[in-house]
Amino acid sequence: MTDDEFTAYQSLGEDSEDHRWAFGTGFTDPLEGIDASVPEGVDAAALAAYCLMLGDDALIYSHRLQQWMTRLPELEEETALANIALDLLGQARLLLARAGQAEGAARPDGHGRAEDELAFFRDEHEFRNVRLVERLDADFAELTGRLLVFSAWRLALFGELARSRDQVLAAIAAKGAKELTYHRDYAAQWVVRLGDGTPPSHEKMQAALGVIWPLVDELFRADPVTAALPGVAADPAKLRAEVDGVLDTVLDTATLDRPAAAPTGLVAGHSGRDGMHTEALGYILAELQSVARAFPDATW
Amino acid sequence: MTKETFTAEGGHGAVPVSDAPVQPAPASVRSDWPLFEVFLRGKRGLNHVHVGSLHAADPQMALHHARDLYTRRNEGVSIWVVAATDITASSPDEKDPFFAPAGDKVYRHPTFYEIPDDVPHI
Repeated sequence: MTDDEFTAYQSLGEDSEDHRWAFGTGFTDPLEGIDASVPEGVDAAALAAYCLMLGDDALIYSHRLQQWMTRLPELEEETALANIALDLLGQARLLLARAGQAEGAARPDGHGRAEDELAFFRDEHEFRNVRLVERLDADFAELTGRLLVFSAWRLALFGELARSRDQVLAAIAAKGAKELTYHRDYAAQWVVRLGDGTPPSHEKMQAALGVIWPLVDELFRADPVTAALPGVAADPAKLRAEVDGVLDTVLDTATLDRPAAAPTGLVAGHSGRDGMHTEALGYILAELQSVARAFPDATW
Repeated sequence: MTKETFTAEGGHGAVPVSDAPVQPAPASVRSDWPLFEVFLRGKRGLNHVHVGSLHAADPQMALHHARDLYTRRNEGVSIWVVAATDITASSPDEKDPFFAPAGDKVYRHPTFYEIPDDVPHI
């Protein structure tokens, strides 16, 4: 590449700001400078628990996507999924930071945990993510199928949350919705390509859906935290129609059948939202948290 | 002079599309996706600038890949992708007949006019 061409490309991004760097300029509070107060009449402890649920979904799924790095079939797909994982990590940071703020507001001493404390120093049973995000993808079909389900559901959820009474949560949701729209588009494109592709690709895509489907029901399950936050949280059951509509359209286009698999059962009435997880989460946390636990307070 | 055709492989100028000694024989199933050239228009830019190339199965996928590879740092507001094989490039052998004759024709350059300050984009 000659100097001229290089300059032309460089100059395209010239007026962007420092926020383009994911690493290297140090981490600051992602909600810095934003009014942290919890709206009147809102149960701060429930708001903290709710942000934790949504933040954990993004944190754990982001890690699962990161584990695909260097294993994808094409370099271009690698960048695409790295971008998606980074988007979700960004959502996790904002939501965990908000959870910490609300936690502080709920306690008499005003102390709420920081985002890193929440991400790295909680144990398995304290995580509130849905079980769908924990799964280890067996192949590329499972990766794209699960990303489709997750992003379609989360986009519907964030669409509702953009009208939340908690302004911070509403702003996080509005920002995330743009990212999720792209994630859903990316995943749908692959599901259609594979489903409506060759006989082997169709077979693999259909098999992948069969593996993912039992975990879909949990996404729409009512939980006490959401119920305690009217006007702030989004009722999961209300999202079902929108998500089903999107999934049916994609599956139809991809000539795939909607699996009839029975939902994965609860464990003693508990699911991921109650801290009851599959064995996969332990392995994720071991990897995710090992550095932070070996070198507490380390920065780089 | 033998008449060869060239394409803009990877933005490296002109690469022969036929009779190239290093090119493997075309197989019935491609192991690699075809190459696309990517053009971006920046926020303040007026025209699309060639920024690089990528592999994709079809134009739609190329557009997605271009978004992920070339606009991660807020570079663009518009993307064009075009299959590299659809670009006809000038041959390096013909550089002199193509471009040299313009070199000494100074009167073709509009340097004898004064450009008013308030006329943009010149």
